[in-house]
Amino acid sequence: MKKNKNTLKEPFVRIVKRDTIKIQYKILIYAIAIVGGLLLSGLISVLFSEKGLGDFFQSVYAGALGSERKFWLLLQNTALLLGTSMALLPAFKMKFWNLGGNGQVLVGCLAAIACMFYLGGKVPDSIIILLMFVTSVAAGAIWATIPAIFKAKFNTNESLFTLMMNYIAQGLVSLCITIWVKSGSGVLVPIAHGNIPDIGNKYLLPIILFVVITVLMYIYLRFSKHGYEISVVGESVNTAKYVGIKVDKVIVRTMLLSGAIAGIVGFVLAGSINHTISTTSANNMGFTGIMVTWLAAFNPLIMILTSFFITFISNGMVEVRKTFMFTNDSISNIVVGIVYFAIIVCPFFINYKLVFRKHEKEEIKK
Amino acid sequence: MKNLKKILAVVLSVLMIVTIFAACGKKDDVKEPDKKSVKAALICLHGDSSTYDKNFIDAFKAACANKGLTVDDYTIVTDIPEGTACYDQAADLAETYDIVFADSFGHEAHMLKAAKEFPDVQFCHATGTQAHTAGVANYHNAFASIYEGRYLAGVAAGMKLVELYGDAEGKVSDANAKIGYVGAWPYAEVISGYTSFYLGVKSVVENATMEVRYTNSWYDEAAEKTTALALIDNGCKLISQHADSWGAPTACEERNIPNVSYNGSTAEKCPNTFIIASKINWAPYFEYAIDCVQNGKTIDADWTGTIATGSVEITALGTAAAKGTQEKLDATIAGLKDGSIKVFDCSTFTVEGKALTSFVADVDDAGDFVPETEVVEKAGDITFVNESAKRSAPYFNVIIDGITAITK
Repeated sequence: MKKNKNTLKEPFVRIVKRDTIKIQYKILIYAIAIVGGLLLSGLISVLFSEKGLGDFFQSVYAGALGSERKFWLLLQNTALLLGTSMALLPAFKMKFWNLGGNGQVLVGCLAAIACMFYLGGKVPDSIIILLMFVTSVAAGAIWATIPAIFKAKFNTNESLFTLMMNYIAQGLVSLCITIWVKSGSGVLVPIAHGNIPDIGNKYLLPIILFVVITVLMYIYLRFSKHGYEISVVGESVNTAKYVGIKVDKVIVRTMLLSGAIAGIVGFVLAGSINHTISTTSANNMGFTGIMVTWLAAFNPLIMILTSFFITFISNGMVEVRKTFMFTNDSISNIVVGIVYFAIIVCPFFINYKLVFRKHEKEEIKK
Repeated sequence: MKNLKKILAVVLSVLMIVTIFAACGKKDDVKEPDKKSVKAALICLHGDSSTYDKNFIDAFKAACANKGLTVDDYTIVTDIPEGTACYDQAADLAETYDIVFADSFGHEAHMLKAAKEFPDVQFCHATGTQAHTAGVANYHNAFASIYEGRYLAGVAAGMKLVELYGDAEGKVSDANAKIGYVGAWPYAEVISGYTSFYLGVKSVVENATMEVRYTNSWYDEAAEKTTALALIDNGCKLISQHADSWGAPTACEERNIPNVSYNGSTAEKCPNTFIIASKINWAPYFEYAIDCVQNGKTIDADWTGTIATGSVEITALGTAAAKGTQEKLDATIAGLKDGSIKVFDCSTFTVEGKALTSFVADVDDAGDFVPETEVVEKAGDITFVNESAKRSAPYFNVIIDGITAITK
């Protein structure tokens, strides 16, 4: 060993890329992250209140599964989040970063509410619902296709474009509410017409609908020619061009599908759940959906699990805020943020491992 | 295989710890029903970063403490949007709580739905309009005659204008008598609020004019701030607002323009420009409603708080307030209490150049937007619009002369 001692010194910790990782390690990493995140979040909650850690875990559980209503709500919220994530999935697979899920859901919602508002009482409900479906899908698709066309033709940045479309959608909703609500209160009272009839109970329809869409999406991406083209474009645009795939066409077609599914989410929100609209009707699912999609590594079936888990945590956290009486938005955001953060760092530890300096070497140095 | 065992051991032990914690938290579910113990819950649209919701949250905590409710007897749920989520939350709370309050106008339809489903639980909705006609026994509305508070705040604002720009006789030039108002929505609650504020200013500065701009949102900090700045740029010498964020007060502090606030004092963050704030103190209503449940009495379907009930409050004056303001306010409060001053005194304002002799308002709010109730009344020599008398929620929505409302 001729090298200087200083250069020999190994850093305390190195980050090394893993080649493969066993499934049980993957599960272990997630388990540690979730439990660790919850524990940390719980400790902070305890710090800001007089309640105990036990109350924290009890609340998370109670908030998600505490009663029959909450159980159904959990499934329904999961289904809606899953639906929104399904809308993002094909675009993400194509490496088209669609950050406009919120806006696409919102315009879908707006189109449905417009049908309910203008046709309610004048046309039979069944026809209104049909029209709602068609216009919602069309609105969502148009909203997603506009940035896609610009991307395909002029290579504009799709993240910024889709993001900005969210604000335009919100502005449109705000404008419509101003026009529709004559009292000027800005609150559209739930519309009694064009409500989608319940099947079984009022929670079931979105659950069944979005599970079916998920399965179809799985088949579409896995077994269809379109699905294959999407993954090739996602891997390398040049390869796609070389093998004769019309990239422009794939981008526009995929975003059309993406937006259409977001439109269906809007249709369900308007017709089956809220029967009214506000600028926050999309409930930020367009962004939460990104997390669902990434955590599942773009696998539609795993996305069922991730969307369930994220909904579980977020519903649980509503109860935590209630139990701990967190009326301060910052504290609630910190508490929820910690759990999400813990989950988001998992892919890092799955792809990389930390190698610590070994003790033996230090002994040799002596 | 060895690894697998290790992992299994870790996962199982972690699970065990979690279960233990979870078990610790379990309380005795079986509680002896005690007739006098009442459990109360409040649903809020935002958390306490919104001045509007903070006002409710503080009052609710105070009222619960006054009525002997411990922290285990009441809860507050924040960030509940004005959609089905409100119904879900209300229905969920109804399973444990005896009385559920909600603080936002858009919660109404959902509270009403929950009230119909849980007839044994009392649902109280602040600022709503439906209870007096809905005929649902356990559903109630409440508001306060906040126009009186706004009027008082307007008087303090007028005093400030005179201090800043008044000549030897206390006259203010037309250019300096222009004030600005950031409104949320072009809705009766907002219109009634700014009109009473304006009339308060006008009672001191006769030639005052006011420009109103809307944000079309109850809570949009950026929009409220830019709107306030736009008003200042347009020559407004004093700003007030009816919107729920810190947007307008901070804009005023930046530009050193006096600000009249709402929902609570902003003196802490805006020490140089804060004059006064009016607010509804919801504690009297919360106490009244909780008291009714404790004693098995019926809650009024539609309850209006006043200065007398302690529901309409003005805060302590800011250091920026003009000298002599407190004395003037005391005199005005006395006048409002004995009825010698009426806020919407028809002799103090005109509409399209004429005095208002009749005003029919849409009090029943049946969804038709057709006004049906005459609200101009006479008391002694004074002809006035009797606001919040036929229904707790405001219904005065006429744009009077001197006010320019810009809806774009």
